[in-house]
Amino acid sequence: MSASTDGNLGPSHKLVEAGVALLIGAAGVVVIIGSIKAGIGWGAEGPRAGFFPFYIGLFIVLASVINLVSALRVRHHHLFAEWSQLGHVMSVLIPSAIFVGAMPFIGLYVSSALFIGWFMRRLGKYRWLTVLAVAIGAPVITYLVFERWFLVPLPKGPLEDWLGL
Amino acid sequence: MEELANLFHGFAVALMPFNILVMVIGIVLGVIIGVLPGLGGANGVAILLPLTFSMPPTSAIIMLSCIYWGALFGGAITSILFNIPGEPWSVATTFDGYPMAQKGKAGEALTAAFTSSFVGALFAIIMITLVAPLVARFALEFGPAEKFAVYFLAFCSFVGLSKEPPFKTVAAMMLGFALAAVGLDSMTGQLRLTFGFTEMLNGFDFLIAVIGLFGIGEILLTMEDGLSFRGNNAKINLRVVLHTWKELPRYWMTSLRSSVIGCWMGITPAGATPASFMSYGIAKRVSKNGKNFGQGEIEGVIAPETAAHAAGTAALLPMLSLGVPGSPTAAVLLGGLLIWGLQPGPMLFVEQKEFVWGLIASMYLGNVVGLLIVLTCVPIFAAILRIPFSIVAPLILVLCAIGAYSVHNSTFDVMLMLVFGVIGYLLKKCNYPLAPLVLAIVLGDKAEEAFRQSLLASQGALGVFFSNGLVGTIMALGLIALFWSPINEGFTRLRSAATGRPRPAGPDYE
Repeated sequence: MSASTDGNLGPSHKLVEAGVALLIGAAGVVVIIGSIKAGIGWGAEGPRAGFFPFYIGLFIVLASVINLVSALRVRHHHLFAEWSQLGHVMSVLIPSAIFVGAMPFIGLYVSSALFIGWFMRRLGKYRWLTVLAVAIGAPVITYLVFERWFLVPLPKGPLEDWLGL
Repeated sequence: MEELANLFHGFAVALMPFNILVMVIGIVLGVIIGVLPGLGGANGVAILLPLTFSMPPTSAIIMLSCIYWGALFGGAITSILFNIPGEPWSVATTFDGYPMAQKGKAGEALTAAFTSSFVGALFAIIMITLVAPLVARFALEFGPAEKFAVYFLAFCSFVGLSKEPPFKTVAAMMLGFALAAVGLDSMTGQLRLTFGFTEMLNGFDFLIAVIGLFGIGEILLTMEDGLSFRGNNAKINLRVVLHTWKELPRYWMTSLRSSVIGCWMGITPAGATPASFMSYGIAKRVSKNGKNFGQGEIEGVIAPETAAHAAGTAALLPMLSLGVPGSPTAAVLLGGLLIWGLQPGPMLFVEQKEFVWGLIASMYLGNVVGLLIVLTCVPIFAAILRIPFSIVAPLILVLCAIGAYSVHNSTFDVMLMLVFGVIGYLLKKCNYPLAPLVLAIVLGDKAEEAFRQSLLASQGALGVFFSNGLVGTIMALGLIALFWSPINEGFTRLRSAATGRPRPAGPDYE
């Protein structure tokens, strides 16, 4: 991460491309192992459960090897993205992860209010009044549309219990 | 004649007040989805799918397909006014649409785009009306081997026709098949690839994958640059519309050609995006104004829009008649059919006449309604785009989370959605196509079932896929599609060798 001090640097495209190919290949290996566990031969009722996925796994590994090789052979030195750009991405991804992680405990409404509020205040630099209006308004509208109108239940937490919704 | 009666009955269904209401709601939501970055046709429909669980299937499909039409219309608005394609298939529209808007001809460009969209869609719907019942009747005879051959053809077309590197397409597609295989094996009832995790018993739902890959992935991509919109103002009044309409018939040849390209690309699952590029490229080469393309030529708006809309609509033909969706959005609609308890495929035309013909009739009406709505409400939709991204982005993320949760009422799915979002971001940045991945998740189980049943019948001999003329032909077509680019290359080389000329420089639309 020493490169992050320079605003214009970032991971090379080649590296990420190779990494993605490796990851997909690894997924292929997992599929092959899982298929062998399930049985890839013929049983009494025909091809066994692992028969089809086994070959799928083989294809994944094969294609990934080719993708890896062609990624490594590339000569240009494009950047995958600048660190500052990845920083932008992370500034969305990390709060989203917290939002999703908190949902089972505090419910969808409260977590989305907090998420929207954080996002608008931190990244959008809005006045608190605007922030509060959208952050509270959006979950309320969501509640009315989904739970009341279309009868789709959404996860609730202690606040909704306390309100008796 | 029987079809005509069915169609009229379909119109009676589609014209019921509730269905008209649902149609208008669908179109409006669809245009909004098409206008907003990060919400596209496929994940927009996926997010709103749970809303339809409590509706009758016919109304539900009308609403969802209208969202799709709306999204197709909506993509053009952002392309022309903001030079930001709201959807991948409207990228080609920016080439001439945005220059037109800069010259102050935004109204003409929008009218041309919407009208061409409508023409393309209408062409495709008429084709569906005429061809789909025949295909379905033909497909009723299909056994497992033929069914597998159709899947084979669909997936081979992806590899051969997509602009991404073929092995990346293969990797993405096979990843989709692998994800589809996780969980309970439908034929033996055995668990596989779950590695002891109970959450994976039911496998991966493709709706979660669609919302994550297309929705979250897109937002992460958009965030890289932190968008700032500088758009043109749109004024459409009746005078501009009529004036443009008077001009449009001159380009009937472009429209017709683009419609045909669109239908072809929509049925073979190449999709709306390559169709729009191809149509633009050909129009540029053929038109006598070709050299002005890129500087605001109205024909450069007509060609891609007609093709994209025709392709998007035609993608429903194989979905309805064969159970093989031609695009990710069609795949989501197919997923909807399964959830409402309908079996997509040829039997639909026999068992669910009202549903099928109601849907087809609603396509005609939906596109008329859509045209009227977009022509009259452009300023409102354009205003949506002026809402800053720092408000829109969290709202879209919350909406995605709601959509993902309500598929199975599971918060685990929401986490999965986020994981798919990161995967989608990485794959997209590395030029892996997402559409075959999604289609493979949707069709994986069915393709596998057809494959294993065929092998069961033949005691494991692969010859079953070439055992009769029909299945052999479809498989051969699949192989041709698979090796299309080497075949095409070899052919070009042969021809240039024969005439003794060097190969011409590649045309720019490929």
